[in-house]
Amino acid sequence: MNPVWIIAKRELHSFFDSLVAYIMLIAFLGFSGFFTWLFGGDIFFVKEASLQVFFGVAFWTLFFFIPAITMRQIAEERKTGTIEMLLTKSITNRQLVLGKWLACFLLVLIALAFTMPYYITVASIGNIDHGATISGYVGLLLMSAVYISVGIFASSLTNNQIVAFLLALLIGIFLHFLFGIIAGNTSGWISEIFNTLSLTTHFESISRGVLDTKDIIYFLSITVLGILLSEYMITKKK
Amino acid sequence: MDISIDRLTKSYGYQKAVDDISFKVKTGEILGFLGPNGAGKTTTMKIITGYLDIEEGDVFMNGLSIKNNNMKGKIGYLPEHNPLYLDMPVIDYLAFCAALQKVPADLVEERIKQMVKLCGLDVEKHKKIGELSKGYRQRVGLAQAMIHDPELLILDEPTTGLDPNQIVEIRDLIRQLGKEKTVILSTHILPEVEATCDRILIINRGKIVADGTADTLRKQAQGQQVLQVKIEAPSKDQVFHALHALPSVSSVDFLEGEEAKYEIQSVSEMQSNQAIFKMCCEKGWILTEMVPLETKLEDIFRELTMN
Repeated sequence: MNPVWIIAKRELHSFFDSLVAYIMLIAFLGFSGFFTWLFGGDIFFVKEASLQVFFGVAFWTLFFFIPAITMRQIAEERKTGTIEMLLTKSITNRQLVLGKWLACFLLVLIALAFTMPYYITVASIGNIDHGATISGYVGLLLMSAVYISVGIFASSLTNNQIVAFLLALLIGIFLHFLFGIIAGNTSGWISEIFNTLSLTTHFESISRGVLDTKDIIYFLSITVLGILLSEYMITKKK
Repeated sequence: MDISIDRLTKSYGYQKAVDDISFKVKTGEILGFLGPNGAGKTTTMKIITGYLDIEEGDVFMNGLSIKNNNMKGKIGYLPEHNPLYLDMPVIDYLAFCAALQKVPADLVEERIKQMVKLCGLDVEKHKKIGELSKGYRQRVGLAQAMIHDPELLILDEPTTGLDPNQIVEIRDLIRQLGKEKTVILSTHILPEVEATCDRILIINRGKIVADGTADTLRKQAQGQQVLQVKIEAPSKDQVFHALHALPSVSSVDFLEGEEAKYEIQSVSEMQSNQAIFKMCCEKGWILTEMVPLETKLEDIFRELTMN
């Protein structure tokens, strides 16, 4: 068995044993369900069979929930000392980080899988744009990949889970809207740079149904960067 | 597995935790690592396990440097504070460790069974680790270290937190394992090294200050033979002078508070037992006690590490 999968499997077990997974699933489905179907400018006001409203809500719920599941990943291993036990086994730092990342990603994937009934319901009501919906889901997954990577990096910087959570949110705030705001308030090449850095810009273009390689490269490169930096921090802070 | 540590140095900031240490351990040898707190025992062990990077020097296992060969699969390691996943059941945890150490899937179950039996975990095997007492957690720590049948076992204070019965059991276990494997263990408990280890290495402030079996260390520390004798004779002074006159005796002391007891130091590399006995026979005195005084390991330890 691949060490990455061994780590991921244990981590997933621990999510489901410790209620973290259930709380996360219930809260995510509760929030996004409430705002998609019941409250405010919900899905019935759009007057077209589309999940755009849900993608907008999930974009925010995942922004808050992902740091909550990533905060303990490395920080707790450090605090309890189990990281020493792990790293003296036949496993590399990279495999450890990848395993942790995979576990969080699978949890998000499970959460998103539970929203499939939304898709089926809307598709049965009207003429849904399947391409746009699938690309919306891909956008959410790519965004989650980035935030999980950022969250694990934040967790590798400290052995305090709360600090890891806040750090992940802090980095997230920049990607989520500060870069976008700066881009809106500047002009020329500076605006261009911040616009490229803003995660929201890339997410919006994907969730509109445009799968551009530029956007995909953006998401993947930040994910990889986060994983490499976490790996570096684990090596450095023994 | 033969281990050779070659001029290992590691510093934290300005402080050298390990300072130019070299030693060798052969297969089938149990090496006891002794030293006061902060002497560098744990750091040395962490370097050997590959957890800490080598700063200067090198570690060879069977002649291969750990710098460019991954030896982690051949090492079993019990870290100092025995970190465990408290939310995992014992069996699951052992399976997890076995998988990480690449024990073939069809052997995992059997290895776990063996470890559970060997470490006396049978009653507790389905409990979560967090529910176990300290002694049982220590056993789980030992079991995970040995699950992949490693050639080298590194145990950082393996008997802390165990009750006296468990300590005896764990010592027996270590001795048994030490027949085929290389074992390096660290401890503060001096009788423990005497009971389990073939060889003792005392380190202080990052340097090796003594290396050898308990007996050789004693001889080194002692230098001269010291005897305590009790001789019943009409006059104490007479005995005193007679003892002093023996060629092999360098000094004689009255033992305070004790009737007719003397402490005799021999001239180095000479024994006085026979001479004292013969003298008593000739004079008609009665020799009722003759005890060779051994320097305790505690004394050697204190002498070497107090500065």
